[in-house]
Amino acid sequence: MKNSVLLGALTIAGLAAGAAAAGTLDDVKARGTLNCGVTTGLVGFAAPDANGVWEGFDVGVCRALAAAVLGDPMAVEFVPTTGQTRFTALASGEIDFLARNTTWTFSRDVDLKFEFTGINYYDGQGFMVPRELGVSSAKDLDGATVCIQTGTTTELNLADYFRSNNISYEPVPIETNAEGQQQYLAGACDTYTTDASGLAATRATFENPGDHVLLPEIISKEPLGPLVRHGDNEWADVARWTLNALIAAEELGVTSANIAELANGTDNPEINRLLGTEGELGAMLGLEADWAKNAIMAGGNYGELFEKNIGENTPIGLARGLNAMWTEGGLIYSPPFR
Amino acid sequence: MTTLTDPPKVGFQLSQLIYDTRYRSITIQVIATILLIAGIYWLVNNTIQNLAALGKDFDFGFLTQPAGYDINQRLVEYSSQSTHGRAAFVGILNTLLVAFLGCVLATVLGVTAGVLRLSNNWVVSRLMAVYVEGFRNVPLLLWIIAIMALMTEGMSRIREFRVGGDASMILNDSVAVTNRGVYIPGIILENGFLASSAMNWLILLVILVVSLIVIRGVRKRSDAVQEDTGVRPNTWYQQLAILIIPVGLVMVLMGAELQYPELRGFNFSDGIHLRNSLIALWLALSLYTGAFIAEIVRAGILAISKGQSEAAFALGLRPNRTTNLVILPQAMRVIIPPLISQYLNLTKNSSLAIAVGYMDVRSTLGGITINQTGRELEGMLLLGAFYLLVSLAISGAMNVYNNRTQLQER
Repeated sequence: MKNSVLLGALTIAGLAAGAAAAGTLDDVKARGTLNCGVTTGLVGFAAPDANGVWEGFDVGVCRALAAAVLGDPMAVEFVPTTGQTRFTALASGEIDFLARNTTWTFSRDVDLKFEFTGINYYDGQGFMVPRELGVSSAKDLDGATVCIQTGTTTELNLADYFRSNNISYEPVPIETNAEGQQQYLAGACDTYTTDASGLAATRATFENPGDHVLLPEIISKEPLGPLVRHGDNEWADVARWTLNALIAAEELGVTSANIAELANGTDNPEINRLLGTEGELGAMLGLEADWAKNAIMAGGNYGELFEKNIGENTPIGLARGLNAMWTEGGLIYSPPFR
Repeated sequence: MTTLTDPPKVGFQLSQLIYDTRYRSITIQVIATILLIAGIYWLVNNTIQNLAALGKDFDFGFLTQPAGYDINQRLVEYSSQSTHGRAAFVGILNTLLVAFLGCVLATVLGVTAGVLRLSNNWVVSRLMAVYVEGFRNVPLLLWIIAIMALMTEGMSRIREFRVGGDASMILNDSVAVTNRGVYIPGIILENGFLASSAMNWLILLVILVVSLIVIRGVRKRSDAVQEDTGVRPNTWYQQLAILIIPVGLVMVLMGAELQYPELRGFNFSDGIHLRNSLIALWLALSLYTGAFIAEIVRAGILAISKGQSEAAFALGLRPNRTTNLVILPQAMRVIIPPLISQYLNLTKNSSLAIAVGYMDVRSTLGGITINQTGRELEGMLLLGAFYLLVSLAISGAMNVYNNRTQLQER
């Protein structure tokens, strides 16, 4: 009798613990900070600056989300994750949100039980080689030693690409981008492969970037986007529409420069709904009316984030390309705020 | 008149469960068991609940799915189309390889350093003290990374081996020390009896084991002869012949040939490639554990009474024979039990392979496979079971050895 009471109590305790895990939005609000998973360091996307403040394109998404939920873009606890640890960190609840050059794939979405909340960078996997090696195509890499981050889609693409082209390679598994860079520069591998944007960002930090070339082959599609745990739809909505707000802001011409003026009300109803002067979009998400305004003010709209962190005027120097607005021939597109 | 009567029978009271020593231990054990069961139930139940909340199930089917990733060091056939189970097996063999190599080298280093630290030569004993204290007091991970960095940054690049470069192969052009690892000549079996080269090597191994058993028989026979006649027959040439001839003959029949590493394309090919990750892990594990073994050996030797060596010297034995025949055999009884736990430590520490990208079982099953399939719980359970099994096996085998070396008492 006593036993069953005890076990019953334990079961209820277990159930309560399970139920408490839901409702990430409330958890974040109660905690007052957002736990955001980022890379261990990839300049332009997520890396701490000289003062230890994280900055970058992925960091911008984290800050926008923190600003939307908590009103403070600095209320973010950054958790550096490697290719191998990121999913466990998210699934276990160590982080609320993962913004870390993560490719949206079927199995991660369906089998690993995550929810991708959009795409913030359309990428593809490339190869970087030293210019002096004289290699002009990835197909010439037969027998090469390749540095590859473990636990990534690039690792699987690499195996498929070399197998389907009937050429061999020697993989050197590495854990972080910094390690890959060190091994590559020391000549311990002939080529480094990862997403082309990551290669450009890594090359930008080299002493002589001109000594290294990116090969023309792009061997995969890598739609990179932030993700959350499966099954917490309210939180997924908040994350999804924060990213969409940044994209819609660029499309509607809302920038960090003119947002204060536009927030007083305009004659464009979609801007008004986005900035909270019309309609109840914020309340529907369980947030303040000015949530999107805060998100955009955190680091600017999508285009501003891009230009500031990885655009052509930065050392990383990525062209907008596929990541231009849909109105300018790119793929970046937000569903309407209505 | 007094009569003796039995003390009044008192019925069993609940308080006796606590205050009566006859029942107390049972009470405590029952309560402890209930708490243990409740604890396990809570853990399992919690896990089931949380898995359900995440929408996950518990299934080992992923082991039969194609892995999709490549592994650089593989002792058995493996390609990216093999299964996750196969990848785990490749990782297990890599773990066992580095653990075996590490245990052997650590023992050699440890025994040498332990004996030399007691040397009367001041310089030698101080040098050994520096080695032991240096490696014992700095974390293993730092040694692994330091050796890896030394290999990667300090050794010649492959391109320097090309014509006009300033690096060259050593030992009569047979060994290349590069920043991608060390390339040494390998033996290939040109026309083995079986299609699989692993099976051919297995045949050779079996022959070698049989030879060793025969050699044991020869030694036993000479022991018996010595018991009877007092003269030990000289059999070293027989033993050597039994060891070499059968294996050598079969190798010649299989067409064994030395294959030298050769620079082709991007890398050296042919021969055996000892990767940086293996070398760094192996050396660091051996040096680190060797320092601990040195202390165990020193303690074992110091445990032997000084009278033993004085008696040996009185018989006219030279110091090295005294050490080998009198001191070490007795010290072994003290040394072996702590040695077992050093072997276990070394094997478990091999999972620090993660620092240098050595593809051990933690990197394959416990790393990439978990990451690609999202089966953390299943993977970690399998990994835990593997390390448990290996530890129990090492400990079991070493305990058998320990029982045989202990003083036989009757």
